[in-house]
Amino acid sequence: MPKSFIPAALVCGLMFAMAPILIANAPYESTMGLVQKIFYVHLPSAWMFLLGAIIGGIASVRYLFRGDPRQDRLAWAAAELVVLFGAITLVTGPLWARKAWGVWWQWDVRLTASLMGWMVAVAYMLLRKFGGPGSDKLAAGLALFGMANVPFVYISVNYWRTIHPTTNVVPTLPTSFGVPLWFSAATFLLLFMLLLRMRIRLEEQRARVDALYLSMDA
Amino acid sequence: MFAHIVWLVLRKDFTIEVRSLEIAYTTLFFAISCVLVFAFALVQEGRAPEGGAAGILWIAIAFSGTLALGRTFERERQAETLRALLLAPAARPAVYVGKLLGIVVLLLAAELVLVPLVALLFQAALFAHPIWLALILLTGTIGFAAVGTLFAAMLVRARSRDVLLPVLLYPITVPVIIAGVRATGALVAPEFDAGVLRVWLALLVCFDVVFLTLALWTFEPLMTD
Repeated sequence: MPKSFIPAALVCGLMFAMAPILIANAPYESTMGLVQKIFYVHLPSAWMFLLGAIIGGIASVRYLFRGDPRQDRLAWAAAELVVLFGAITLVTGPLWARKAWGVWWQWDVRLTASLMGWMVAVAYMLLRKFGGPGSDKLAAGLALFGMANVPFVYISVNYWRTIHPTTNVVPTLPTSFGVPLWFSAATFLLLFMLLLRMRIRLEEQRARVDALYLSMDA
Repeated sequence: MFAHIVWLVLRKDFTIEVRSLEIAYTTLFFAISCVLVFAFALVQEGRAPEGGAAGILWIAIAFSGTLALGRTFERERQAETLRALLLAPAARPAVYVGKLLGIVVLLLAAELVLVPLVALLFQAALFAHPIWLALILLTGTIGFAAVGTLFAAMLVRARSRDVLLPVLLYPITVPVIIAGVRATGALVAPEFDAGVLRVWLALLVCFDVVFLTLALWTFEPLMTD
């Protein structure tokens, strides 16, 4: 049995437990009805998207200035999670927007900035895959610029008059909405940590295999 | 000392460029063909689409800028001169600033031709407020070139660099392009609104500061093997 089986099973169990809470326990929002429940997936995945970009950026800075390969592996793993959670955010957002705003997509500041952040992460993956030797440093530089985008995504709704709900919504939520949200956010965080750990482990094993091959040649 | 190195790098690039004018001519011709393609595609029965001029101007700048960046560093790669430049006992950020200034001057020269061409073909009042226009073009070009110079310099060693430069550059410089397009759009709008223009210009300056700081900070570790 692989080492990660028990944590993976736990996260799975929690995420399954989340579904009935979201479907049955959380109340219907008065104007949007059922569609509002997308929010319990959209917001936590958006948080993980930004968290991944921040972790990737910080790890990249440390890799650039100290040259520790562990930080490089962390940055790579975080970038993949940015692509994953960014995709969830960018798919669930329009589903909600269609009902709330009547359009799938709006060139609003936050939407544009999020899309660009996601594209930077995709560019990062392309670079790692096709950049050849030496692309690790270049990718670290790219991740740094990707991190610079995060505060912009976060504050954009408060400074520009956009149609995306502002960051003030979350603290003012009534308990009946707040508890499912925080439960969902906690499970997403656990999923994020689990995937990050597994991805780093894969990269570590790959580095070890490479080192073994090199020692065979010598 | 810093300014002296910047000047030396800049002068070196100009001396090489003036001898052949290869990058200047190709960039300019590419930019003009780019605008012409848009004119063929969008101008119908002698009427240009409303509000298209700002976007087309900035697309032409971004495309020809990518080409110029690629060519400038390809030249440094061919004879391994970039390595020599980095081996020189000079501050790395100064080398970066020298390279950046060269690109900015080249792009501004291209814009001198692009702006009248776009104004002519798309019937846009780009010259109604020349000082505002100059400020927008200068800040926008610096923002685009600040990221572009850093990435093009780093990509010199990477495989498939021709494809990767636009792939990496566009997602990051999109904020600059958006702010540039909106500011220019406010400039040529039928009713000129200085307030809107000032907001976008302030944002452009903001991007310039962030991009320049990040680039100066990371150029040294990024260019070290």
